[in-house]
Amino acid sequence: MSSRVEILNDGGYRSDGRKQYELRDITIDLTPRGSADGSATITHGLTEVLVEVFGPREAKVRSQTMHDRALINVEVSLLPFSASERRKRSRGDKRVLELAAAIKSTFEPVVQTSIYPRSEIDIFVHVLQQDGGLLQAGINATTLALITAGIPMIDFVCAVTGGVYSTSPLLDLTTLEENDTPNVTVAIMPRTKKVTLVSMETRLHVDRFGDVFKLACEAGAVLHQEMKVAVESRTRKLVGAMETGPSIAIPGAERGDRDVYMEDNMNDDF
Amino acid sequence: MISFASFPTQTQNYGITKHHPDVQDDVNMDIVFDEEDLSSKRLTCPGEVLTSSQTFMRGHGTYVVDEEVISSVAGTIEKVNKLISVRAVRTRYNPEVGDLIVGRIAEVQPKRWKVDANSRQDAVLMLSSVNLPGGVQRRKLESDELQMRTFFEEGDLLVAEVQAFFADGAMSIHTRSLKYGKLRNGQLVVVPPVLIRRLKSHFVTLPCGVDLILGLNGYIWVSKHVKDNEQEGEEGFDAEAVYSNRNDAIDDATRSAIARVSNIIRTLATYFVPLTDAVLLEAYEWCVEQEGGVADVLQQDVGEALVAALNAPR
Repeated sequence: MSSRVEILNDGGYRSDGRKQYELRDITIDLTPRGSADGSATITHGLTEVLVEVFGPREAKVRSQTMHDRALINVEVSLLPFSASERRKRSRGDKRVLELAAAIKSTFEPVVQTSIYPRSEIDIFVHVLQQDGGLLQAGINATTLALITAGIPMIDFVCAVTGGVYSTSPLLDLTTLEENDTPNVTVAIMPRTKKVTLVSMETRLHVDRFGDVFKLACEAGAVLHQEMKVAVESRTRKLVGAMETGPSIAIPGAERGDRDVYMEDNMNDDF
Repeated sequence: MISFASFPTQTQNYGITKHHPDVQDDVNMDIVFDEEDLSSKRLTCPGEVLTSSQTFMRGHGTYVVDEEVISSVAGTIEKVNKLISVRAVRTRYNPEVGDLIVGRIAEVQPKRWKVDANSRQDAVLMLSSVNLPGGVQRRKLESDELQMRTFFEEGDLLVAEVQAFFADGAMSIHTRSLKYGKLRNGQLVVVPPVLIRRLKSHFVTLPCGVDLILGLNGYIWVSKHVKDNEQEGEEGFDAEAVYSNRNDAIDDATRSAIARVSNIIRTLATYFVPLTDAVLLEAYEWCVEQEGGVADVLQQDVGEALVAALNAPR
């Protein structure tokens, strides 16, 4: 289709000007939305995903309720305007269901569901813009949303897509690169370096797989840093706000003010 | 840097972290700063090793792997003697016996109501845990079972107390006091449960003719003031009045006071200010002093000024 576009040119640059192992810009927004218990928006370059988490709450479907742990429900919606071609996908679309199933199976071993018997955790994934790495963005945003909802998890889950162009591995692929190269999505838990998901829809030579896999694991650790900074700054801000207030000692108030000031500075940057 | 944004970027509350992943210097700088702050405020996030399990016992929000206690939520670390636990900064309501809660009837089942109380499971209100008409102390009859919907219907709001827990952690609540029961004449405001501190009394009366019920589950009922002598029933309590679905006449001044108090609560909740009677009273007085409209406090600049005024040392 787009074989005339060079995936990696002689200078070692990709079509969007990145180097081989360079990740795209990451933006993380943990602003609470509506009545959701936790929500997060993450962007990887032009891919933008919003996740809302509800729960743990009373399971609405009796037949699926489990007496020893919580049920995790994942629903994915690809908004019709998210891709370059306007297209409305039905709820039963195979690709959408597969994405939801992948996210669900990634998080089932990570979320400590046994703490919440007979409950339900609903995860709604909205894809606002897509430019490759859908699964990666969905998993990263879900991790953040679950953390903001205060749901206990063993660790973060950080996902990155890797691909191979002729013999050189690439990281964090765009749609254009995804279409032309064999690629694999890897999700890791950074503390133990355990892998919770490897998903490959294309064929990849076994000799190349090791390289890409290792690179993706390393990139996952880099993403973890980013996500941790975002979560920590949110926690600090909320705890700071709670420590202020007229009924509590004043020394905390000063610190809270400084926090707010810092955030303003950050927002002015762009 | 070029950035494309097809959606308005939300910069309202928590800000956004934005780094280029390659700019490790910036990131590292942040982390050094974080660690400094972490030790002073004792914050943590999932997957962070807290301590060894040989010296400490594991509490809520943690788990143990290879003799290490590891955090499983993002929040503040709390140590009580040898017990270490992590309290999530924002989470669903965790019930404790004796807590005052405000809930909404979700379902009517045989001999019980299911009540949505912002917790991980619906609370259970047994027919035997409510005041039945005709005398406070009375056995429940079959006829009571048949007319359960005349007491509480789906969607009704009620104030109750946590009585006990079932084996699976679901809570049982009761309304066997004249203070508890169906709610009318007001408006519900929902805030994160962590913002409601335990107070001497969760029934607050503001001088502007507004009663507040601060449910520990984060549901707050803002209603018209009821005079004490009307509230306290005699021996034979008036079932008609207690289970009535009809609002009293509410004059315009009270209506706007209710709306104003609700808006103040919403504003304080967005700035994550813990709500106590003293805070609400002060905030109300501040708003009246500003002589603005009822909805003014919802605007960002007014809200920020309010929070600043509350935090100002006196």
